[in-house]
Amino acid sequence: MTTHTSNADTLTLYGESFQSRLLLGTSRYPSPSVLLQAIDRAQPAMLTASLRRQTGSGGETSQSFWNLLREAKVPVLPNTAGCHSVQEAITTAEMAREVFETDWIKLELIGDDYTLQPDTLNLPDAAHRLIQAGFKVLPYTTDDLVLCQRLVDVGCQAVMPWAAPIGTGKGPINPYALRTLRERLEVPMIIDAGLGLPSHACQVLEWGFDAVLLNTAVALAQDPVSMAGAFADAVKAGRAAYQSGAMQAQDSAQPSTPVLGTPFWHQA
Amino acid sequence: MSDTSLQVLINQAPYSLPQGATLSDAVALVGIQPPFAAAVNLQFVPRGQYAHHVLANHDQIELISPITGG
Repeated sequence: MTTHTSNADTLTLYGESFQSRLLLGTSRYPSPSVLLQAIDRAQPAMLTASLRRQTGSGGETSQSFWNLLREAKVPVLPNTAGCHSVQEAITTAEMAREVFETDWIKLELIGDDYTLQPDTLNLPDAAHRLIQAGFKVLPYTTDDLVLCQRLVDVGCQAVMPWAAPIGTGKGPINPYALRTLRERLEVPMIIDAGLGLPSHACQVLEWGFDAVLLNTAVALAQDPVSMAGAFADAVKAGRAAYQSGAMQAQDSAQPSTPVLGTPFWHQA
Repeated sequence: MSDTSLQVLINQAPYSLPQGATLSDAVALVGIQPPFAAAVNLQFVPRGQYAHHVLANHDQIELISPITGG
């Protein structure tokens, strides 16, 4: 397995270094105040955000969220959530670049509304065109090895396979596929979507994944601020475990206390 | 509504604008507050081009703003 460590052990994406291996979504929190506290507790590398039409009092909501992002002082990763065609995704990315003043884009190209599964057939084309247009593309993808390889081939310097469908909180539903991905691809990989527990995040970091992107697992916790801290700690623990090199599991018991010199050995 | 007016959709709602109206006119018509970005017929229009982008009949204009996202 290729390791992705350095002395400083920073997460490096497109040549840019980040101190945290946790990316945090900004949706579904009980209040903006709770979101801000969760951000403070998690200290994420990036915050995801989106773009929508203003409706009713949407203008005030949008302005309020915009001010919150500025206050948080965390790099923003805009997404193309809800896009169903390559052109929709490209136009949304261009609009996001202007609004958020960033070349980063989380590419979401939805192929199925029920499962929110990415449009795997058109994702590489969308990624390629965005990279050609100067974007730093982080594609939300399934755990399919060949698809992820194609995304790397068209210029993605990192990919974001799902653990499970968005918002399900099921954790890694196909460990074999994810571990195969980690074995086969050398680019940074961020597990995006489907994590529900800090142990899920810890697990994928232990497997060698470079970071996780979370939203619902934190936002819908009874105490989102505390859960943000729990995930941040889990990510650090998983990373440290990966770097430490875990022992190989064995079928037979092995005494950890030395047997030699055991008193009363077989005298009873 | 005169025969010479433009019929456009702004965020899926119908509006009427005078012939020769630009994207700047459409933005002013709905009074959207910044920050926002614009697209016409699924093509992004940079902010600096609003005043030069002359609208056509039946154009579909999208004006979108930041919201929370995952």
